[in-house]
Amino acid sequence: MAVDIYLRRRAVNVAAMVLSGLAATVGLVFLVWILWITVKNGIAAVDLRLFTKITAYADQGGLANAIVGSLVMDLIALALCAPVGILAGTFLAEYANRSKLGAVIRFLNDILLSAPSIVLGLFVYVIIVLPMSNLTHGAVSFSGLAGAIALALIGLPVIVRTTDEMLQLVPGTLREAALSLGIPQWKLTMQLLMRAAVSGIVTGVLLALARLAGETAPLLFTAFGNNFMAFHPLDKMESLPVAIYQYTNDPNPALHAIAWAGALLITLFVLLLSLSARWYLHRHKVIHD
Amino acid sequence: MSSIPATIKASTTDRRSRADAHHDALFRRLLKACALLVLAALLGAALSTLWGGREVLFGQGLHFLTSDAWNPVTDDYGALAPIFGTLVTSVIALILAVPLSFGIALFLTEIAPTWLRGPVATAIELLASIPSIIYGMWGLFVFVPFMARIEPGLSDTLGQIPLIGNLFQGPPIGLGLLTAGIVLAVMILPFICSVMREVFQTVPNRLKESSYALGSTTWEVVWDIVLPYTRSAVIGGIFLGLGRALGETMAVTFVLGNAYNITSSLLMPGTSISSSIANEFNEAVGTHRSALVALGFLLFVVTFVVLLISRLMLRQLARREGA
Amino acid sequence: MTEDTVLLNPPPAVAPTVPAVAVSPQPKLAVRNLNFLYGDAQALKNISLDIPEKKVSAIIGPSGCGKSTLLRVFNRIYAIYPNLRAMGEVLLDGENILDTSYPVHKLRSKIGMVFQKPVPFPMTIFENIAWGIRHHEKLSKSEMEARVEQALRRAALWDEVKDKLKRSALGLSGGQQQRLCIARSIALKPEVLLLDEPTSALDPIATGRIEQLIEELKRDYTIVIVTHNMQQAARVSDRTAFMYLGELVEFDETEKIFTKPARQQTEDYISGRFG
Repeated sequence: MAVDIYLRRRAVNVAAMVLSGLAATVGLVFLVWILWITVKNGIAAVDLRLFTKITAYADQGGLANAIVGSLVMDLIALALCAPVGILAGTFLAEYANRSKLGAVIRFLNDILLSAPSIVLGLFVYVIIVLPMSNLTHGAVSFSGLAGAIALALIGLPVIVRTTDEMLQLVPGTLREAALSLGIPQWKLTMQLLMRAAVSGIVTGVLLALARLAGETAPLLFTAFGNNFMAFHPLDKMESLPVAIYQYTNDPNPALHAIAWAGALLITLFVLLLSLSARWYLHRHKVIHD
Repeated sequence: MSSIPATIKASTTDRRSRADAHHDALFRRLLKACALLVLAALLGAALSTLWGGREVLFGQGLHFLTSDAWNPVTDDYGALAPIFGTLVTSVIALILAVPLSFGIALFLTEIAPTWLRGPVATAIELLASIPSIIYGMWGLFVFVPFMARIEPGLSDTLGQIPLIGNLFQGPPIGLGLLTAGIVLAVMILPFICSVMREVFQTVPNRLKESSYALGSTTWEVVWDIVLPYTRSAVIGGIFLGLGRALGETMAVTFVLGNAYNITSSLLMPGTSISSSIANEFNEAVGTHRSALVALGFLLFVVTFVVLLISRLMLRQLARREGA
Repeated sequence: MTEDTVLLNPPPAVAPTVPAVAVSPQPKLAVRNLNFLYGDAQALKNISLDIPEKKVSAIIGPSGCGKSTLLRVFNRIYAIYPNLRAMGEVLLDGENILDTSYPVHKLRSKIGMVFQKPVPFPMTIFENIAWGIRHHEKLSKSEMEARVEQALRRAALWDEVKDKLKRSALGLSGGQQQRLCIARSIALKPEVLLLDEPTSALDPIATGRIEQLIEELKRDYTIVIVTHNMQQAARVSDRTAFMYLGELVEFDETEKIFTKPARQQTEDYISGRFG
C-alpha cells in the first residue's frame, strides 16, 4: 500500500517536470518562430533603396524617411527623459529613500512603467497637439516633437527605476567620507555618486531606448506620419514602427515585404541594445564593498 | 591654538558654508520637481483623456457604457463591444500564459541544470524585448493563416462538446478573438514568468531543504511550500500580466478583425479598446474622436486599478522579505 | 516631556571619574553633558570629557557601548540621518559645534574623519585628494600638486604612489587605500582627526604602518581613535576613555587605565572578564 502511494507521488512529480519542460519548450518555440520569420522575410526584402528612398514612392520606394524620423524622435525623447529620469531616480535614492513620499512615487512609477502606451499617446495629443494646433491655427499640429514627448513618457519610468536601484547599491560610507571632507550634498551626488553608479545608469538609459524605439501606438496621434523626409521637430514625422503599421494594413504585398525589412531593422536594433545593455552592466558592476 | 597656520580664513568658510547650504536646497528642490513629474504624468494621462472624452462620457453617460452600437454617421457610440473584446482576449491570454509561465518559472528555478538556466532565461526575456508591432505582423501574416488551417479542426472537435461548443463555432478565417488571445498570451508570457521566477527565488532555502529532508518530491516542495509562501506575489504577477494584456495595441489590432460585435464564439472577429482607437483615430472627427478618447479614459482607469492591485500584492511579499 | 527629562537626567549609578589635575591649557574638544538619542533609545548618557590638544585619545569599550556614536557626534555626521538627536554641548576651542548656527562645512574642514572600511573615491589617486581641497580653496595647478604631494608624504604613501598618481585609486591595496583616506583628510589641514576603527579591516603589517603614522601625526593634530583592540589603544594613545552602555566610565592617562584603573568595571573589561 505504502509502495503504491510512493509510486503515485513519483509519477506526479515526473509528470510535473515533463510538463514544465514542455512549457519552456513552447515558449522557446514561439520565440524562435517569431524571430525566424522576421529574419527570413526581412532579409528577402532588404535592399539599398530601403535606406535611400522615401515612403512616398510606395512599393518603388524605401524607408529612408521613416528611419531618419525614428532616429530624430528617439534621440529627442532620450534627451528629454534621461536627465529628468536620472534626477528623479536620484531624488528617490538620496532624499526619499525611506520616506512616505518616496514610497508613493516609486509605486506610481511602477504603474506608469506598465501603463498602456496608447493612453500616453492620447495624453500628449490632448495637451500638446491640440493646443499647438489651436495656437498656430492649424499650421503646426502633429509633430515630431509631440511624438518625442510621448516616447519620453514611455522611457521615463525605466530610467527612474534603474537610477534609483543603482544608487541604492552605492555603499553609505562613500557618502559619509565625502561629507566628512566638507563636500556639500549636491556636489557629492553629481560628481561622486553618479561616477560610482554610472554603469547602472547607462544601462537604464539603453534599456529605455530599446523600449521606446519599438513603440507604435503613441506615435499614431502625435507624430502622425509623413511620406517625405522631415528633420524639423515641428513637422509631422514618419517613423519605422508607424511605417510598418501603415504598410501592414495595406493590401499590396510588395508593401508587406518592405514592412518585413523594417521589422527586421527594428528587431535587430532593439535586441542589440538590450543585449549590450545587460552585457555592459555585467562587465562594469557598481562599486561594491 | 593650533600651530599650523590656517590657510582657510574664517570668513571665507562662513560664506562658503552658506553658499553650500543654499545650493543644496536648490538641488533638492530640482530633484523633487523631477520626481513629481512621474505623478504629473499619471495624473495628466487620466485627466486629459477624461477631458478629451467629456463630450461622450458626460453627454451620453451610462448609455456609452452599455450600448454595443458604433455608428459614426449618427454619432451613436457604445463602448460595450470594445470592452468585451478587450476583456475576452485578455482572459484567454491569461488562461494560456499563466500555466505556461508557471511551468517555465518552475523549470528555471528547480528543474533545469545550472548551465541551462542562464541561456533559457535570457531567451524568455528576449520575448519581452520584441516590439509589439512585430508580434502584430507575425500574427497577421503567419499565425492567422495557421489558425485558419486548424480552426475547422477545432470546430469539429471542441465545437461539438455540449456546453462550451458554441465557443468554437465560426467561420475559419483565422482572424478573431481566439487568435488575438493566443498572440497576446505569447506577449505577456515573459512578464509573468519573470515575476514568478524572481518570487520563487526569494523562498528561503531552509524551508525547501527541510521539506526535501522529509522526503518530498520536487513537485511537492513547489506545490506545498513555494506556492503558498509566494501566493500574493504570484497573484501580483498575474495581475501585472493582465494589466499589460489589457493595454496592448499592436499585437492584437491586425488579428482581431475590427468588427463591432459581441459574440459567443471565440472564432468570430471582434475589436478591443486599443484597436478601435488605433484604427479609427486619424480619420475620426468631432464626436467620433471624442468617443475614442473616452475609450482611452476607460482603458486607463481599468488598467490603473489592475496594476494597483498587482503592485499591492507584490509589495506584500517585499515587505515580508524586508521585515 | 517628563519622559524626556527622566531619560536625560538619570541618576548616574556612579559618577564618572575625572583626573584630579584638570587639563591645563583649554582642551581641544570639550564635551559637556552630551546625550544622544536614536529615536526613543538613548545611546549616549550624560557624557562629559576633555580631549587634550595634540595628543592621541582612544575610546574603548564593548560592542554597542556608544564609542562610534560619540565619535560621529564630533563632526555632526549623524545629522544626515533622520531620528538622530544630540543634546548638550561639544566645544571646539570654546565654540559649541552642536549649535546649528556653527556652519557644518567649516566644522568639517577643521575636523576630519577616517572610517573603518577604506573608501577610496572612484577617481584617480590625485583626484581623490585634490577634489576635497578644490572645494575649499582656489589653488593653481602647481600649488595643488604641491599640496597633494605634501598630504601623501604626511600619510607615508608618497613613495608608493608617486608614479601612478593618474591611476585609479581602486587599484591600491587595503592598507594603501586607508592611508589614502588619511591623506585625503589631512590635505584639508584639519585640527582634529577622528579615526573610527581605522585598522580593523587591515592585515597586521598594514595595521602596524598606520599605528606608526598615528604616532607621527599627533605632533600636528589632535587625534581621537575608536578601537575594538585594547592592545592597539595601549600602544598608540596617550589617554584612554572606557565606555560602557552609553556611559563614560573612566577617562585617564593610558598607562593608568591599563595598569591601575580606578573603576572595577574598567578592570573587568581590561582583563577580559567581559566584552
